[in-house]
Amino acid sequence: MNWWSRLWHGRQMDVQLDKELRFHLDQQISDLISRGIAPDEARRQVYLAFGGPTQVAEECREARGTRWLLDILHDLRFGLRSLSHRPGFALAAIATLALGIGASTAIFSAVNPVLFKPLPYPDSGRIMMIAESRTDGGARLPSFGAYRGLSDRTSSFAALAVMKTWQPTLTTTAEPERLQGQSVSADYFRVLGVTPLIGQDLNPADDRKSGPHVTILSYGLWQRRYAGDRSIVGQQVTLDDDKYTVVGIMPQTFVNALDPTAELWTLLQYDISQGRAWGHHLKIVGRLRPGVSRDQAHHELNAALPAINQIYADGFATAGGPALGVVVTPLQRALTESVRPALLAIFGAVLLVLIIACVNVTNLMLARGSQRRGEFAMRTALGASRVRLVRQMLTESLLLALIGGALGMLIAQAGIRGLVALSPADLPQLGAIRLDAPVFIFALAITTLIGLAVGLVPALQVSRNELNAGLQHSSDRTAGSRHWMRRALVVAEVALALVLLVSAGLLLRSVQRVLSVAPGFASAHVLTMQVQTSGHRFKDNSYTNQFFSQAQEAVRRLPGVNVAAFTNQLPLSGDFDVYGIKLELTNGLDDRFPAFRYSVTPGYFAAMGIPLRRGRLLNEHDLPSSLPVAVISESMARTKFPGVDPLGRRMHAGAEDIWYTIVGVVGDVKQASLDTTNPDAIYTPTTQWHWADNVLSLVVQGQGDVASLAPAVRRAIWSIDKDQPIVRVATMESLVAASEAQRRFALVLFECFALAALLLAAVGIYGVLSGNVTERTREIGIRSALGASRSYILTLVLRQGVTLTIVGVLIGLVGAFLASRALITLLFGISPLDPLTYLGVIVMLVGVSVVACWLPAWRASRVDPSITLRAE
Amino acid sequence: MPSKSVLPQGTLDLLILKVVALGPIHGYAIAQRLQQVSRDAVQVPQGSLYPALHRLENRGLLAADWKATETGREAKFYRLTRKGRSQLETETESWQRLTESVALVLRLSEGGAE
Repeated sequence: MNWWSRLWHGRQMDVQLDKELRFHLDQQISDLISRGIAPDEARRQVYLAFGGPTQVAEECREARGTRWLLDILHDLRFGLRSLSHRPGFALAAIATLALGIGASTAIFSAVNPVLFKPLPYPDSGRIMMIAESRTDGGARLPSFGAYRGLSDRTSSFAALAVMKTWQPTLTTTAEPERLQGQSVSADYFRVLGVTPLIGQDLNPADDRKSGPHVTILSYGLWQRRYAGDRSIVGQQVTLDDDKYTVVGIMPQTFVNALDPTAELWTLLQYDISQGRAWGHHLKIVGRLRPGVSRDQAHHELNAALPAINQIYADGFATAGGPALGVVVTPLQRALTESVRPALLAIFGAVLLVLIIACVNVTNLMLARGSQRRGEFAMRTALGASRVRLVRQMLTESLLLALIGGALGMLIAQAGIRGLVALSPADLPQLGAIRLDAPVFIFALAITTLIGLAVGLVPALQVSRNELNAGLQHSSDRTAGSRHWMRRALVVAEVALALVLLVSAGLLLRSVQRVLSVAPGFASAHVLTMQVQTSGHRFKDNSYTNQFFSQAQEAVRRLPGVNVAAFTNQLPLSGDFDVYGIKLELTNGLDDRFPAFRYSVTPGYFAAMGIPLRRGRLLNEHDLPSSLPVAVISESMARTKFPGVDPLGRRMHAGAEDIWYTIVGVVGDVKQASLDTTNPDAIYTPTTQWHWADNVLSLVVQGQGDVASLAPAVRRAIWSIDKDQPIVRVATMESLVAASEAQRRFALVLFECFALAALLLAAVGIYGVLSGNVTERTREIGIRSALGASRSYILTLVLRQGVTLTIVGVLIGLVGAFLASRALITLLFGISPLDPLTYLGVIVMLVGVSVVACWLPAWRASRVDPSITLRAE
Repeated sequence: MPSKSVLPQGTLDLLILKVVALGPIHGYAIAQRLQQVSRDAVQVPQGSLYPALHRLENRGLLAADWKATETGREAKFYRLTRKGRSQLETETESWQRLTESVALVLRLSEGGAE
């Protein structure tokens, strides 16, 4: 008979066992009787020799090896029964655990794909991102020249690829559609280790200046626009007025982690003879050769740099100088770097909440354990071993945790939905956030761990010695030292809550500070949108300039519009256009440095509310034919022209064929984000830049609700040329808010967690004091019988609660100090030891704890001595 | 009358297997047989006989059938399985090796004392 059937036929086996043992006993008794022994005596002797039949039967049952499972089932049944006897306790514990487990699971589901899960490429750990290092320790985008040099002169990488975004307009079918794509060098997909589902990969032979126009489509685009028609491969489609041959379709499973929105790819086809080959606007990725480590690659690349810089010295000089060094970062890390600190902080915070939840439930279990001491003492007296009692307690706590965990999964499901809705748009792998196997395993693991942790303390407490004291339970006189454990837990709870509250407070103050930073422009009543010209006619600079100036004029005439202007990059929008500056005179400092380059049409400064500090603004009289002029930012004037008047001085920007004369100085503008320092910036007229930019952002300053002007503005532009895609319509205010989305996201979550922690801590304090008062009813009764006033008793209980809180606060301060160090990258404008935050949080926590203490204290002061004394 | 010796750990299983090997037999008879064969020298702890039988049955060394005894009452008769037989052989062998080597050592020390 195997284990299963032994388990299954347990009852039947018991009957047979009984029969077998009875046969033995009867047989032996009758043998003895036949030898002439009196029946009673025979019976006595037999039982004496055999030892208790019940015990023997028990040992035989144990020999089946199914005993442990039967015990567990029994414990479970018993646990369920005893939980249902106290639904209040069970509900409180389950709800607390469900919230804790649910929140942690939801956060883990967001953190796991971003921080821990490898990218969905073969051997993805070997894919590296290569960036140039800056003097200030930061990284900047590399140029095509650097890529060419590195791919020609180094061998650490099996494949290297360079890429930039590409936003072509598809006009094959009836309605034109602007698509999001990437221009990549031929080895892009080989670096990632993926091949097209249908057709061919990009051919390196085609990746040259004026090579053939080819494109590879994503599975989604292929399905959406071509209904999955296989014959599209080899045919031509029209993108930006040019014919592109579709050479391949990527598989459905392909995830383009470097640009998740990209739906099609074409060859970059750069050449070092072009000016743009030196612009810092590309990304380089590479796949390490087998056996080559990241460090080795890093060393080889940096060792090769001096030679590369020498060969291409002229090229690099046109755009911010040569690379000082390169940084090789695993792609996974490079893609998540910006969100990593926030996500780790959030994950840490939710784990703190989980711990507080566990502490609370442990406290509940302890309280319940002391109520059950009579029961346990009785069971011990009846022969239950200590191990058995501990196991019973653990089974009950595991049961609680499992029910809480199951409900927690429902909460997690809802939480994930909220999280995705709330998360900043730049959160990588947003689509991968869901309840999958690793998340489920995580939830199961923490649930089990919690079940054990929460049950262990009360279980050990209960099983310890005082069992016979438990039988005298009802005559407890003082509620003495036995409760040190519960007090310690409350202290821990308060300490953890303080850590979370301080973190949330620091974040709140940081967000306030950041949003009060002057961006350098007036964001109110400003509507923006990006106009992307497309088509062969826009290869002519004067045509492009004419289109934009006509469009600007058309918009300006709209009712409700005060000023309208175009710029090639918009502050806080993610635009990033930096060129190398070379001053004519050195001023005794470095004469070469990078600066943000703005090509703007007249009226831009007025539309954005950027103030003029010195000289003049750019105007309609700055024509392609007139003297090239530029306006510079205030901080550039200060740092690059110390003690010198910048007006009238000349500089190169980008290619060194134009001298721009500085005619004015304007206020600083935050370009990349609100929390960065003021960058150097130059403004030139769109008509005087080296070329006419094809993509410009329109800035409209108007009256009232400018967002409602959008349709009219769009129609005005289309009245000049109806084929030009208009994207990224947003008010300047929403761009400012979006630029702080990540910090705000962290803030919202921290606020939720801190609130939960505060509530749980308050409940914990209340629970302990309340239980304490109940157990001390008699003592309090005696005190008031002896003349203690109500206010004395009130203070007595309050003091006890507040003391616990203060001890917790003191310990929590140490924790908060450590936690704020971890938060430092998310903080802005305040010290991690900001006294106001700490003070505010302490006052709030103590206040809440006084409220939580008040009810039990009040109850204690109402104790009627005559009733309590009679009750005994 | 020599004093009764206590069974060394683990030998009860071996003795049971040996007794059952002689043919199907019920628990009471096993106890009787053990006592007779050892001429009452071995005290069979009756309390541990049945757990041992059940353990051996669960390990598949013994099988059991309910049959009527000569008195007409139903009893559980144990018999050796194939697995039980080979177990008996290996255990008998190792027991003999053990006792021989123990005996050898004991004789040696007697010789040394002369």
